[in-house]
Amino acid sequence: MAEHLMCELSVPGRIGFQFPDPDVPTAPLPEGLLRDDLPLPELAEIDVVRYFTRLSQLNHSVDTGFYPLGSCTMKYNPKINEETARIQGFANLHPLQPIETSQGALALMYHLQLWLNEIGGFAGTSLQPAAGAHGELTGVLIIRAYHRSRGDTKRNKILIPDSAHGTNPATSAMSGLQVIELRSDERGNVDLEALREHCDDTLAGLMLTNPNTLGLFDENVEEVNRLVHEAGGLIYGDGANMNALLGIIRPGDIGIDVLHYNLHKTFSTPHGGGGPGSGPVSVTEELVEFLPDPVVDIVEPGDEEQGVPPLYGLVAPPQTVGRVKAFQGHFGMFVRAYTYIRMHGAEGLRNVSEYAVLNANYLLALLRDTYHIPYDRVCMHEFVAEGRWADAPDIHALDVAKRLMDFNFHPPTNYFPLIVHEALMIEPTETESKETLDAFANALIQIAEEARSDPEMLKSAPHTTPFGRLDEVKAAKELVLCCVPQYEKL
Amino acid sequence: MFTPHTKEDRDAMLRTIGIDRIEDLFKDLPADHRNPELNLPPALTEIEVLTELQDIAWANDTTRELVSFLGAGAYNHYSPAVVDAILRRGEFFTAYTPYQPEISQGTLQAIFEYQSMIAGLTGMDVCNASHYDGATAVAEAVNMAYHNFRGKRPKVILSPGVHPHYRETVRTYTHDSEVILAGDQGEVAEDAGPEALIPLIDDTTGLVVVAYPDFFGRIHDFTELAEAVHEAGALLSISVNPITLGLLKAPGEFGADIVTGEGQSLGIPLSYGGPYLGLFATRQKYVRKMAGRLAGETIDNRGQRAYVLTLTAREQHIRRDRATSNICTNQGLLALAATVYLSLLGQHGLRQVAELCYHKAHYAADQISGIKGYELWSDQPFFNEFLIRCPRPSQEIYEHLLEHNLIAGYPVGNDYPGFENYLLIAVTEMNTKEDIDWLVAGLEEVSNG
Repeated sequence: MAEHLMCELSVPGRIGFQFPDPDVPTAPLPEGLLRDDLPLPELAEIDVVRYFTRLSQLNHSVDTGFYPLGSCTMKYNPKINEETARIQGFANLHPLQPIETSQGALALMYHLQLWLNEIGGFAGTSLQPAAGAHGELTGVLIIRAYHRSRGDTKRNKILIPDSAHGTNPATSAMSGLQVIELRSDERGNVDLEALREHCDDTLAGLMLTNPNTLGLFDENVEEVNRLVHEAGGLIYGDGANMNALLGIIRPGDIGIDVLHYNLHKTFSTPHGGGGPGSGPVSVTEELVEFLPDPVVDIVEPGDEEQGVPPLYGLVAPPQTVGRVKAFQGHFGMFVRAYTYIRMHGAEGLRNVSEYAVLNANYLLALLRDTYHIPYDRVCMHEFVAEGRWADAPDIHALDVAKRLMDFNFHPPTNYFPLIVHEALMIEPTETESKETLDAFANALIQIAEEARSDPEMLKSAPHTTPFGRLDEVKAAKELVLCCVPQYEKL
Repeated sequence: MFTPHTKEDRDAMLRTIGIDRIEDLFKDLPADHRNPELNLPPALTEIEVLTELQDIAWANDTTRELVSFLGAGAYNHYSPAVVDAILRRGEFFTAYTPYQPEISQGTLQAIFEYQSMIAGLTGMDVCNASHYDGATAVAEAVNMAYHNFRGKRPKVILSPGVHPHYRETVRTYTHDSEVILAGDQGEVAEDAGPEALIPLIDDTTGLVVVAYPDFFGRIHDFTELAEAVHEAGALLSISVNPITLGLLKAPGEFGADIVTGEGQSLGIPLSYGGPYLGLFATRQKYVRKMAGRLAGETIDNRGQRAYVLTLTAREQHIRRDRATSNICTNQGLLALAATVYLSLLGQHGLRQVAELCYHKAHYAADQISGIKGYELWSDQPFFNEFLIRCPRPSQEIYEHLLEHNLIAGYPVGNDYPGFENYLLIAVTEMNTKEDIDWLVAGLEEVSNG
């Protein structure tokens, strides 16, 4: 059942929240600058609570069911994260407070920087970027600043494998680089021959998603990194898939120069219906001086023997690329990621990746006979299947995805990566049980049978969800992007 | 704990895969570097981690323990209990981008409500589902204007009254591009009004960016500037604090083409700088030039009204290196916070909180400018923040009062050379008359050094 909009529920005279009367003498309002309309609804508190609670119930979420959306790492988000982020001493801290009054926050950020260095094998980290794509932009700006600082100004092209994340090309274009797409070889690795063609003195770098969007670890990664470095380029690592690598391998150890993390994927901060994310960037020793402003550092050493803690402060790296947003970054996400890392330790984090990879390979084994796997080898934390069969010509991956909803599963990522036809990109994450994976595999196997025996069942799916398929053409053509309420004037 | 596997599960799964040990899954990885020893502190239980984080938080003195008049882009407002109660629903915060609309109508309809309310509040036609914050929203406005003119109007004029962090962010974003930044490099004085920007506009200008209120708290009428900008064929972007719009004219009324803003004031905790909310609204004719996600109304195959992400062909995952922005993940949950906040307050509540901020700030300004040696810097109207000239360097005054648990404001000397004696003071509904009187007494006491 569709829910009314608030502009339809509004009743003149209803009050939802009462502020106190002014405790100061009132001042004259600036006539001529006042607005005479304020198009907002009039609702009581119960109206608002019911409205949003009912809306929430129209969502599929990790808390209500399996969410194997490839490349998004929809793992369980521990509830304790939500408690720690709301501790009064964090939630009510102003970003411009003097450092003497915010030592707790700065110490937390300092340690999170150190831990991300350690996990990725890097020398320095900036927590400032707001999301993965923002971290990518930061990383590419760092690569450009590095070349510029050496007077090396002709490096204007960047290589992006066709198995990289979708944001990579847009990121590079934003930073003024020419994007060259590299094909993958038949095993899903970067094609070394194609790479060699482009390794010259105009190469700024290469953006490597590893494991890539096929869920495969590039078997030639060390050779790729060597070739790019020999040509004077740098390697950007897209760390969105770090959930496969915690305690297994450190990107910095195998030649990655810059890497962004997605705290909202790997480190369990919630996805929030589309954000906020958090995209810290880690770099090697020679790139530390280019990190965005500010990073947290010790500005006055402490004295351990005397029990005096160091004084933490915000510092601009000497050749910083500058600020990439206001203030210090998504601090609320840092508290959650800190909580998560602290509850796992080194062994716990390795278990996270081991189970993420185990779950993906288990699902792959259950589905291999039913779904075509275009690059079929041991996968990392996710894999890509094709949602099409020669004997079910009308069925597309989209139909498989929609039918899955009838089993209370969120569909996998559809139609990405682009190098696989009718792609279904499946990432189970480590927090799912064998029973859930079995049930999901059984649903997919049943759907594959229906694709032949009862294709209409798939074409008309979903059947049991509160809404059926939407008319996307109508949405784009008529472009209704706001309700236009008829509220009374103030 | 967070992984449900028993030993039996694991063994059965390995058998199905056809391997003996989990390590066999990692054979493609360089052997020399596998399984590094990570130097991390040992794992804690939930009880222990909560204690540790409470201890860390103890080392902070917050706006609830100090008396604070610090604003400068982030404001200490009250967030009603309803806002967090809704944000804590797992159905909202553990979902992701609503790619599958049949099972994401909660998120999609909430985005549609958000778009409607922000468009109404700013006086614009359309609004996207959010950018990262007020700073990156301005950077995206610069980006949008540059692409709108296909690079033929590369000059962007930034008013010196735009938040220093926002201007720095624009500089970082455009450093490697063809965009030429002007306006805040001494071409106009900091105290000049918007009309001072008019002579800088020429036929290479694509965008003029101003703030409402500006960093110093002043409220300007941009009607004349908007006319000059449009006459030259350029666009006008206004960066707002949305609480202001509960009382004062919508920027759309001045003729803005783009309105950006920092939405933190709308029920979002200070949280040491983030996550916040980047507002971005524009005119209908530029909707296809705008980056970011959009929810549009349609119907489903059962005839029900429903919402879906629309105009996705503009976005990075389709247009790839021809997209104008790489934004993907946005500030979904914070946009929801703002939506709940605005729904609960409604027109009367938002007007009420805006008036409270206004009256308290004006009371504070009156009292402070009555102290010998202190003077209001500008006679321009202001909303909830104002700049005071102090008899001594404001940093000294600030540090002195901090010893008495009072954050007197924001000393602007680091951001604006020559303004070493100036203090930016923000007042919200959270500051009582008693707090303000205490600030006034403190400033009076330190004025003599």
